Amino acid sequence: MSALTGMRSRVRFPDFIGILGAWWDRRRWYGRWTVYLLTIIGAFLLPAPAIGSFMTPEADWPSVLFYPIGIYVLLAIGLNVVVGQAGLLDLGYVAFFAIGAYTLAVFTTKHGWNFWAVLPAGIIICAAAGLILGTPTLRLRGDYLAIVTLGFGEIIRITANNLDYTGGPRGISPIPHPPSDRSFEIFGVTPLRYGVIDAKPYYYLLLVIIIVVIIIVKRLEKSRVGRSWSAIREDEDAAELMGVPTFRFKIGAFIIGAAIGGSAGVVFASQTTSITPVNFPFILSALILCAVVLGGSGNLLGVILGAFLIAWLPERFRGFEEYRVLTFGAALVIMMIIRPEGLLPSRQRRAELAEGTGGMGALGGEAGPVADQRVEADDDLVSGHLPEVLAGRDDREGGA
Amino acid sequence: MWNDFTQQFWASTVDGLTNGSIYALIALGYTLVYGVLRLINFAHSEIFMLGTFAALGALNLFGISSPQTGLALVGTLLLMLVVAMVASGGSAVLLERIAYRPLRKRGASRLAALISAIGASFFLQELLAIWLGRDQIRIPRVMNKDTLFNIGSGQVRNDKVLVVVAAVVMMLLLERFVSTSRLGRGIRATAQDPDTAVLMGVNIDRVVMVTFLLGGILAGVAAALYGLFFELTQYNVGFLLGIKAFTAAVLGGIGNIRGALIGGLVLGLIESYGASIFGTQWLDVVAFSVLVLVLMFRPTGILGEQLQRARA
Repeated sequence: MSALTGMRSRVRFPDFIGILGAWWDRRRWYGRWTVYLLTIIGAFLLPAPAIGSFMTPEADWPSVLFYPIGIYVLLAIGLNVVVGQAGLLDLGYVAFFAIGAYTLAVFTTKHGWNFWAVLPAGIIICAAAGLILGTPTLRLRGDYLAIVTLGFGEIIRITANNLDYTGGPRGISPIPHPPSDRSFEIFGVTPLRYGVIDAKPYYYLLLVIIIVVIIIVKRLEKSRVGRSWSAIREDEDAAELMGVPTFRFKIGAFIIGAAIGGSAGVVFASQTTSITPVNFPFILSALILCAVVLGGSGNLLGVILGAFLIAWLPERFRGFEEYRVLTFGAALVIMMIIRPEGLLPSRQRRAELAEGTGGMGALGGEAGPVADQRVEADDDLVSGHLPEVLAGRDDREGGA
Repeated sequence: MWNDFTQQFWASTVDGLTNGSIYALIALGYTLVYGVLRLINFAHSEIFMLGTFAALGALNLFGISSPQTGLALVGTLLLMLVVAMVASGGSAVLLERIAYRPLRKRGASRLAALISAIGASFFLQELLAIWLGRDQIRIPRVMNKDTLFNIGSGQVRNDKVLVVVAAVVMMLLLERFVSTSRLGRGIRATAQDPDTAVLMGVNIDRVVMVTFLLGGILAGVAAALYGLFFELTQYNVGFLLGIKAFTAAVLGGIGNIRGALIGGLVLGLIESYGASIFGTQWLDVVAFSVLVLVLMFRPTGILGEQLQRARA
């Protein structure tokens, strides 16, 4: 592998992302808005059959576009707030997705609520769940948080599996579709006709939510809140000393992430009409985290790309069903070796990586070129005696 | 509910200690790697899984499919242990070489290393699933499981005693190694401050390799004992066990060798008591709830972080 990394430093690829970034920086507001509008129009045209026949020849493209692609993208944007911006490692993000989905299922089937009423309710309930989980756990540091969130995700799934109220292992079905409006038609599609046959209306609904979420998240990122998050991510102690109320901002990031995950859950449940605990495995949390890191943690565009790839590639290569996960696992390892900063890293992250400490703290052991230059000192690990600083600690450590 | 608990108290205790010992052995691997690299070695559960398959393979190779006695039993147990230890230890070292070392050299973030670990975990699981199928595979019974004596409702069987004793012995050996040997001193030095350790002439690459090797060997021991006790394996056998073991490591105080043992035993007992009070379907919920509660009141686990206490 050292040959691989060595080669990289000799052969230099043109820095397309850098060039594109520089071009983007030169655009005035109208130039940028043109690009935004074109992107949005493009997103609305995506379900076209012509694109689908190439993207997923073996599956219904609008359905795939809704789930997994659209849902993964929305979840990845939400998780990016928590992981990419605030630097809190959440391994149980699927819990909020599940809470959102079950909220919709329970309120529509048992209490006769309407989809449009449940959507805000689900988001609020998920935000509350984020607050309840976050308050005790966010005082913990890094990896403790990871294992606690992982545990929380499992608790939610197993509880849904065990309670009769949530239908146990059989889950809840049928979940009613949102109220339809068949008469509204534009360019030959009926975007408000929510039914079983056509997934396009759901995709449009999801797209609108994604756009709204992107606007909110982007505004937050550029605000005082966003700057506080990056300060916390880079060095929590320093941020605290500079007067950032770190705990409050961490809770905030957690709640916003939870709310976004919840909205994804609500929409997902209304389309699939039947949910069971099996829909919310730990692997989904891991996949979304992979999407965030693979795409470029902290960069919205990269995160969306990562989620798209993670959701789309397995659907595209259905013929290789047997080797899908195997290849995916190997690809993750190789990607992280070749490009640990992700496909489209945020520019800030790239700069950090060049300095040798990548975001959430580097791995133990030395970083950067020092490793290669070190002299192979001797056969023994420690040449001579340990200095007194280390030797002195032996007594206090009690042998561990 | 409460009656079940009091009636089954001793039975739950015995089962809890047995399960807890297996958690503890795997937890030691997590704790060592975390202490030195501050990395959640997500693929450690697959290292364990490979060990169970290696033990099974060794039994098949020698055509052992019935309970043994006397010297033959000792030989069989040693065979399972050694093969599982070699397979797990070897694959752990290989894993470090392929999936972690290149990232370490590039100064990648710990998050990137975690993703690499998740990828390696997927890869190893699928490799075994494609190769040997996705069904549960039986491991032949190699020893007669006799009840030695009873404590209340708890049957103390010879295989359970073996599991618990092995876990305690391995923990003591590991602690001895880390606290007295030169390599062990290197491990502690790296855990406390890698930069200073390098300056003092510690060969970090070797320390990391040894750390993974030790963790792998312990996972191998756990795998052989698991095969002996549960008599089955599956490509995803490590998944839940791995999560539990990591929970145990955190519970005891991650980076702390005694903590891993205590965390494992405590987790095993709590699970087992919880299952007898609330029913087995709530077992995992009880385990994770206890983790959350413990961390709320003792944010660094029961015994606290030790291996890397000097690092904030």
